Amino acid sequence: MTDLTKLTIAEAREGLKNKDYTSSELTEAFLTNIEAANPSLNAYVAVTADKAREMAKASDEKLAKGEGGALEGIPLGIKDLFATKGVHTQACSHILDGFKPVYESTVTSNLWADGAVMLGKLNMDEFAMGSSNETSYYGNVVNPWRKEGSNAALVPGGSSGGSAAAVAARLCMGATATDTGGSIRQPAALTGTVGIKPTYGRCSRWGIVAFASSLDQAGPIAHTVRDSAILLKSMASVDAKDTTSVEIDVPDYEASIGKSVKALKIGIPKEYRVDGMPAEIEELWQKGIQWLKDAGAEIVDISLPHTKYALPAYYIVAPAEASSNLARYDGVRYGLRVPGKDIVEMYENTRAEGFGAEVQRRILIGTYVLSAGYYDAYYLKAQKVRTLIKRDFDLAWENGVDAILTPTTPDAAFAPGEITDPVTMYLNDIFTVTVNMAGLPGISIPAGLNKSGLPLGLQLIGKPFDEATLFQVGSVIEEAAGSFEAETWWK
Amino acid sequence: MSVDTQTVKKVARLARIKVSDADAERMTGELNAILGFVEQLDEVNIDGVEPMTSVVEQTMKKRQDGVTDGGYAADITANAPASEDNFFMVPKVVE
Repeated sequence: MTDLTKLTIAEAREGLKNKDYTSSELTEAFLTNIEAANPSLNAYVAVTADKAREMAKASDEKLAKGEGGALEGIPLGIKDLFATKGVHTQACSHILDGFKPVYESTVTSNLWADGAVMLGKLNMDEFAMGSSNETSYYGNVVNPWRKEGSNAALVPGGSSGGSAAAVAARLCMGATATDTGGSIRQPAALTGTVGIKPTYGRCSRWGIVAFASSLDQAGPIAHTVRDSAILLKSMASVDAKDTTSVEIDVPDYEASIGKSVKALKIGIPKEYRVDGMPAEIEELWQKGIQWLKDAGAEIVDISLPHTKYALPAYYIVAPAEASSNLARYDGVRYGLRVPGKDIVEMYENTRAEGFGAEVQRRILIGTYVLSAGYYDAYYLKAQKVRTLIKRDFDLAWENGVDAILTPTTPDAAFAPGEITDPVTMYLNDIFTVTVNMAGLPGISIPAGLNKSGLPLGLQLIGKPFDEATLFQVGSVIEEAAGSFEAETWWK
Repeated sequence: MSVDTQTVKKVARLARIKVSDADAERMTGELNAILGFVEQLDEVNIDGVEPMTSVVEQTMKKRQDGVTDGGYAADITANAPASEDNFFMVPKVVE
């Protein structure tokens, strides 16, 4: 029998419909893989095997009758940031110890309504703050990819490191993830998977643990462009429970795959280069440009002059919003409580013990930049810079650009412990963070391997609510680049 | 702009995070590195630029001012570290 875990979602959808295999068989195959790999990769923080088997059985009953939703019987992993009723939901933080929500996030509700099967909750950087999955209370996630001829562990990127690693190692068919500054696209690039952050407002944020509310968006990580289109179609919805959810119909994203890119104008922004960027990133970028040219797209040089200010502005806006959002963790309503002599000391002890170093750092930065006398100098200025960043993109769209091609990250996966300086770590998101600041959709597509055999990604940035073009252009890159599979050294 | 250890302690107090003297010392260096990094923004001319309030241009959605949800106090307190009769229990606040 073929290895069911090697299937794409699109293939499994057909196979299930044709009754070549059942969702129970598919689910069992993934549970077996998880059992074998998780001790080495630490991608899952909770495996919901019983629930998965129940959901698969229910799907099989529907499939047997020729019924079922768009994702009927497809086993998925869920980032620990999504509230899942009665199941581990702790944002991989100590401060949410034992938290089991009594409600379900809108995004996961949509997935279950379409028939998907939940395998478990995926590891991540604590409160989605990190670019290497080293800040999780549950320990590092290990990248399924290693340098050729090396046994040394590498990080999977972050914050959706568990999601990316689980997909790359075939521990789920696809995964939910979230992206505030690059947390879907950077780990996708570092693990050879496809990750899309849709336009701000496309997916409901209701029931997702909040980090920086004006930047957070949910999206999928999957093996192929088509699979990510299938998942996003189910995840996205208009939701009255999220006031920033935008009332625009979700199109059939799959329909745009395979469409010609002739007559599309692809912008190449000269500012997406940093000092010390390896030559192979530039070469990969040029390769991507050539692929799109060969497919008939028009390539134009563009300028996004405020690019370099996106990351510093982000490190004011995101911590400011985080400091407000994380004020709710006080040891009263949920999670950890560390006693003190009075209520204030109880708050202080709880938050000191419950939050990790990176989270504390960001809360303090956020509290400082919002404090009396500093608001104008930091937060207000950053929000003005943000207007300029968005204006750069608006000008490109006004000039007829349909999508923008850039590298996803300035380099391939690195070793745990290799980057200890916070600011150096932040630079991982230099090419992705602009997209969040402007609220645009962005997709990362695996485009090649570096000389050590590690995956690298290319990013496409689209117009607001035009994810369809990203899938259309992305599938051209995917076709030209081929797909990349990590060796299963953990088996 | 940079912060000293006293400021870090004050901010930590505002954020309700207990920090030891050693922690405050370490955090001062880290926060100053980040504040140094964001100083780049001083190069940008922001004269006459409106601050961003929303990435998507849309009128704030309004909902009917009515009760649409509720009536499950036991669920609300289900995850509390300490609760009694559907109330959250905290150390004594008022003497």
